[in-house]
Amino acid sequence: MTVLVVAEHRRGELRDVSLELLSAGRQLADSTGGELHVGVVSGDAEGYAERLNREGVDAIHTVAHGEEFNHDVYTQAVTQLFDAVEPTVLLVPNSVNGLDYAPAVAERLDVPLVTDAVGLAYDDGLTVTREMYGSKVETTLEVDGPQAAVTVRPAEWPKAEGSGDASVESFDAAIDESAVRSTVTGFQEVGGGDIDISDADVLVSVGRGIEEEDNLEIIHDLAEALDATVSASRPIVDNGWLPKDRQVGQSGKVVTPDVYIAIGISGAVQHVAGMKGADTIVAINEDPNAPIFDIADVGIQDDLFDVVPALTEQFS
Amino acid sequence: MKILVTVKEVAAVDDEFEIDGLGIDDRYLTYDLNEWDEYAVEEAVQLAEAGEDVEVVTVTVGPEDAEDTIRQALAKGADRAIRVWDDAIAEAGLLDPGTKARLLEAVVAAEDPDLVLSGVQAGDDAFGATGVTLASRLDWEWAAVVNDLELADGVANVHRELEGGVEEITEVDLPAVLTIQTGINDPRYASLRGIRQAQQKELTVQSLADVGLDADVLDSPIEQTDLYEPESEGEATIYEGSADETAADLAELLREKGVAQ
Repeated sequence: MTVLVVAEHRRGELRDVSLELLSAGRQLADSTGGELHVGVVSGDAEGYAERLNREGVDAIHTVAHGEEFNHDVYTQAVTQLFDAVEPTVLLVPNSVNGLDYAPAVAERLDVPLVTDAVGLAYDDGLTVTREMYGSKVETTLEVDGPQAAVTVRPAEWPKAEGSGDASVESFDAAIDESAVRSTVTGFQEVGGGDIDISDADVLVSVGRGIEEEDNLEIIHDLAEALDATVSASRPIVDNGWLPKDRQVGQSGKVVTPDVYIAIGISGAVQHVAGMKGADTIVAINEDPNAPIFDIADVGIQDDLFDVVPALTEQFS
Repeated sequence: MKILVTVKEVAAVDDEFEIDGLGIDDRYLTYDLNEWDEYAVEEAVQLAEAGEDVEVVTVTVGPEDAEDTIRQALAKGADRAIRVWDDAIAEAGLLDPGTKARLLEAVVAAEDPDLVLSGVQAGDDAFGATGVTLASRLDWEWAAVVNDLELADGVANVHRELEGGVEEITEVDLPAVLTIQTGINDPRYASLRGIRQAQQKELTVQSLADVGLDADVLDSPIEQTDLYEPESEGEATIYEGSADETAADLAELLREKGVAQ
């Protein structure tokens, strides 16, 4: 069978998830001795094709059209490329942009779509592993039919390495401009305040477990005692309890401090994406099954309202 | 103007739980309005408050038990609600985004809204694909992961929240389906008056036949065959003891790491 991977780039940079998808695609193609094709749409497609030419890639198809991602262009280009390559499985990043066109592609092609895959297997048919209930359980889904589309979770597969000898060909997609009814007019960086959490050596990071805004006092007290900086997971920022520039995670900042103390943070995949590079990860959480303990080096499975003041006391 | 908001009741799992077949034992589940949908409802209600003659209608694919949750959305300001359900849906397997989109498409066809708002994803199955699938079926425009929205003449000006603290500024033609990200607004608490009024608001239940669909719409190509607790990959050292004891152990480690020195 053939696997078709669609690469992702933004503002002139090929995104790492593209190389991860090559590994996922190669693994899937290997199970039936099939070919791995890659599509790259818009921007410097030729330049990206060079970087995508890694070991195990058989063919790269470039579509020259515009600079940045536009979902109407991607939907048309990928649908047409799919019809030309006739893959058994289409793999798209489970990114904000991937989720902005993959469902439309699958719907137009009338193929099943499974999102946010963390495992893929092919044996007579496609089997996808994904998580539910905020990573508390995994499910296995069997997909019926000759073809399918899957969005693949970032950072689950290693980046493909080595250099390949794939054929690189321009694919002449016929983009109907009257069907392009959206325009990307620009980008905006989320405003930075005085403090850059990505510079901090020690982060005291707070999540939903703190329950109320007033309770943040014990977090600030601990940070002061440790001479650390306060950061947060998404819900704290969504609630407006801390500014957006304090948010760690996929849509916030990626931090790599010496010590990261996660307090009342469950460890959703979007959060972990922003802090897994910390040297030492400490988790304080009442729920022993919280996914944060999967990546923590040290953990305390107890009530944060008891542990945090006791820890502050140790440094007073 | 009419805004249709998709509303789902989702289950959160207790810290300790048991698996029952292909699901989680209901004793360990707590049901509530999907977090993302709460922001979508608020966005629609704010648009209604800012505009003139804007009707906000919620649509839910869910059982009768979901009605308390649907009333929450009505208490926060939605005008009326539609709940699609019947025995065939109850007995169906997985309601994947394609299947959900077909059910919602039928409701959109009947209601003819100008705008559909959905949450980015549901907190339980987190497919994150129903909104865009629905837009494609309707041949409407769409935008996924919207954290800022302004309506102008015939277009929606949105910010899409990309990864890494970057927002994409995009203009999409209306009608459109927009998937709403948490943090776009500050969802209100329902007032006592709102809660009282919600009890009187119209909540219509529609079967597959009512929305003009056959049961074969439920034949999903995706079948769930297993559900299990993943093995912990963790190698964390867990400190045991009272809070004072564990805090002392942690303090010792932090000092070793040079914290607060």
